[in-house]
Amino acid sequence: MNDTAQIFEQGEYNFAYLDEQTKRMIRRAILKGIAIPGYQVPFASREMPMPYGWGTGGVQVTAAILGQADCLKMIDQGSDDTTNAVSLRGFFEKTAGIRTTFETSEATIIQTRHRIPEKPLTEDQVLVFQVPIPEPLRFLEPRETETRKMHALEDYGLMHVKLYEDIAKNGHIATTYAYPVKVNDRYVMDPSPTPKFDNPKIDRMAALQLYGAGREKRIYAVPPYTKVKSLDFEDYPFEIQTFDKPCGLCGAENVYLDEVILDDRGGRMFVCSDSDYCEERRADGHLGPMAADPTMAGIGGHKPEETAQ
Amino acid sequence: MSVTHPEDPLLQVHKVTRYYGDRVGCLDVSFDLWPGEVLAIVGESGSGKTTLLNCLSTRLAPTAGAIEYRMRDGSMRNLYQLTEAERRLLMRTDWGFVHQNAADGLRMNVSAGANVGERLMAVGQRHYGNIRSTADDWLGRVEIESDRIDDDPRSFSGGMRQRLQIARNLVTAPRLVFMDEPTGGLDVSVQARLLDLLRRLVADLGLSVVIVTHDLAVARLLSHRIMVMRHGNVIETGLTDQVLDDPREPYTQLLVSSILQV
Repeated sequence: MNDTAQIFEQGEYNFAYLDEQTKRMIRRAILKGIAIPGYQVPFASREMPMPYGWGTGGVQVTAAILGQADCLKMIDQGSDDTTNAVSLRGFFEKTAGIRTTFETSEATIIQTRHRIPEKPLTEDQVLVFQVPIPEPLRFLEPRETETRKMHALEDYGLMHVKLYEDIAKNGHIATTYAYPVKVNDRYVMDPSPTPKFDNPKIDRMAALQLYGAGREKRIYAVPPYTKVKSLDFEDYPFEIQTFDKPCGLCGAENVYLDEVILDDRGGRMFVCSDSDYCEERRADGHLGPMAADPTMAGIGGHKPEETAQ
Repeated sequence: MSVTHPEDPLLQVHKVTRYYGDRVGCLDVSFDLWPGEVLAIVGESGSGKTTLLNCLSTRLAPTAGAIEYRMRDGSMRNLYQLTEAERRLLMRTDWGFVHQNAADGLRMNVSAGANVGERLMAVGQRHYGNIRSTADDWLGRVEIESDRIDDDPRSFSGGMRQRLQIARNLVTAPRLVFMDEPTGGLDVSVQARLLDLLRRLVADLGLSVVIVTHDLAVARLLSHRIMVMRHGNVIETGLTDQVLDDPREPYTQLLVSSILQV
């Protein structure tokens, strides 16, 4: 048992930081969100001991559903060991004293900032998203009264105006993240700024998805096995990003890759954004073209368009 | 297609009254509008013509009175008893509203093509190619070059914006169009061209139009029938040529005689 867990036992924090009344309030919002898939439920978001933009919404949702037996995985852009993930994991280790993990399959709750793990999730898991701006129509219609009315009346023509503009200006739908989806044939939802690569995973996912927006004070949810359709045109169907090279470290294909700059001469490599997935594959003996020594000659100077599309 | 009998009125207005506190916006206005008819509401500033137009177009609830509209299925419905969803559908399919200031009626931060296509997408069209070709066709009909289809209305001149706004409204083949000073703020030659265009479109499409204007020349060119308003009351109504050539009320006489003869 580490120091932080001892602090928890001394009773400095209520379990998972929030008081029980607050958790009840948030759970009610979550239940309502599950009952109406994709509908943004307003809730009395609390100030958290971290700045807005760090995942205050996701943290409150996680705190409300966390139990003593849960095992928590915290990821930031797919990675377990970047600043946001490390801080929030530390936060729950300290305030709840629960078990945490890097392994996707071991976790019961996964809080994520914008990526969905490559490994398929199961019915026993809950995926919590940190959401900056929950309203998919916001940048098209600034008035909250109006967007609420549009949701109520299923008045979603405007969303297609944005996609039309994309095609008119770029020749294809250029939205690559926060790609709007229609949940259960009813509500248009912003799946938080996940890359659209992950949109197909949201569709009929076995795990429960909860979305928390702390600053905007909204919670919404997609229950397990719910139909989630990415919006598109008949002649410009929805497409995900593709990569023409495998992961440089583990050789995985059909996964979402991050670009890593290696030097100041244009050297770069593309590796799995899901760090746990990549490590597990390497442990299983999969090796990518750059696994041995990333600084070896002959790898520098790729033009970006060779790999990312 | 419409099952409306040509003899049935499209819009029936019964004693519409709107108060702003103690002050009168418009008082006891009643009239019928038939399919294909263009009605001009004229009067000086503050005479209540815009108030009346806003009441008719469900943008401003009247204090008293009723407004009935013949829906596409032929039934007569009180506009203020429609559900919000029905009203919105009506406003973006069967109706159009042309604002004086084009920026009020356009989305200034999306392209001309998207402006025209918005109503189509709102009623469920999901084929980009079709939407774009319809938009292109409509831009042509309002004399906007095809190569401007991807430009923002911000880069358009005042006259072009006004024509774009008209295209945006007419793309769903509405039966009734409200216009609030459509030529206001445009210079005279552009006004003339716009009026020409409007007159042609109205005749081609058989539109019913309620047009509010303080410009009697606009009323003379476009409208079949005219209503003269003063202090919120309709003081004279009749065929446009008849009223303008032979005004009965002293105020109307004053209005007609005040036109500059050049």
